[in-house]
Amino acid sequence: MSKRKPYVRSMDGWWKKNPYFVEYMIHESTALFVAAYCLVLLVGVIRLGQGEAAWNGWLAAMQSPLSVLCHLVLLAGAVYHTYSWFKILPITMPPVIVGGKKMAPEALTGTALAVAAAAGLALLALVWRIAL
Amino acid sequence: MSENHKIIEIEVLRYNPESDEEPHLEVYKVPFTDDMSVLQGAQYIKDNFDGSLTFRWSCRMAICGSCGMMINGIPKLSCETFLRDYYPNRIRIEALAHFPIEKDLVVDLSGFIEKLEAIQPYIIPKEPKTLAEGEYLQTPKEFNAYIQFTSCINCTLCYAACPQFGLNPDFIGPAAMALLHRYNMDSRDGASASRMELVASEEGVYNCSAVGYCSEVCPKHVDPASAVNINKANAAKDYFLRFLSPKGGSK
Repeated sequence: MSKRKPYVRSMDGWWKKNPYFVEYMIHESTALFVAAYCLVLLVGVIRLGQGEAAWNGWLAAMQSPLSVLCHLVLLAGAVYHTYSWFKILPITMPPVIVGGKKMAPEALTGTALAVAAAAGLALLALVWRIAL
Repeated sequence: MSENHKIIEIEVLRYNPESDEEPHLEVYKVPFTDDMSVLQGAQYIKDNFDGSLTFRWSCRMAICGSCGMMINGIPKLSCETFLRDYYPNRIRIEALAHFPIEKDLVVDLSGFIEKLEAIQPYIIPKEPKTLAEGEYLQTPKEFNAYIQFTSCINCTLCYAACPQFGLNPDFIGPAAMALLHRYNMDSRDGASASRMELVASEEGVYNCSAVGYCSEVCPKHVDPASAVNINKANAAKDYFLRFLSPKGGSK
């Protein structure tokens, strides 16, 4: 008779067992910050559809100190979300061959972050001009 | 053990299927020299304290892939991890995470072996040639497309690093996917369509949530996370492109 009795270990609390997994959970959870901001914008669109008074009310609400603080927190979450996703970009996309050589992971991440920063600034400049 | 009589405490997760209900930790005080690996520490325990301590090892030079274990919670090859880097702290060694423990530091790899078989890890030529027709030629560029994925030594550290495999042991997992990708990327091979069924299946690449730790712990820089994630895109392309040009193959 077989004396085998393989022991299966529990996965309870797996993400707390390694700092790498803790960081993974943090960067995954920043998606909730992005989702929360989408909701804020969605409410704005709904208020816009309800007429001028509703829209102006929403705009005023957006300018309250609590709302500004909220925006800063959500922005920080969204920035970290962007950074963490571009950090794993080198493993999620096919290798980019430049001059017959595979592009270094750091170069890929750096390029993506630079493009994201430029796109963010361009959008900010555009919205700023419309607002003024 | 003469000149440097330093002593390090090694805590070992012990499990004897014949007498234990669950694993427990035992501590051994091991004299060591600066050139001793964690594997040699385990060998010292087996030779001097408890001959029943069970672990796998062979080459002692990070090429056979047998001696992987959790060292202070991190999957590593014990032959290339040195006791001096942990001294004077206690070091804990455990069987590779996410696999069932067979005995002490030995895990049950049968599931992994089945996965290796399932991916058809051999070249299936596009068009079979006779010997008289000559060999299948390949350019250096075509060779470079897959060479990285041939370096896998099946040490399974990547599985011990993958929480998704821990949560769903049916997940085909990093090393098997890296090897699958190795054959798909080989210009001499023509079987990627028949491997696609597995790639896109319930056990396939979509179990991966891009934790990326598998590639971090890989001692051979195979980058299995990249193989898994490239195949997510391939599976999605295969799914959607069939509506444009039905070709059969995967289901």
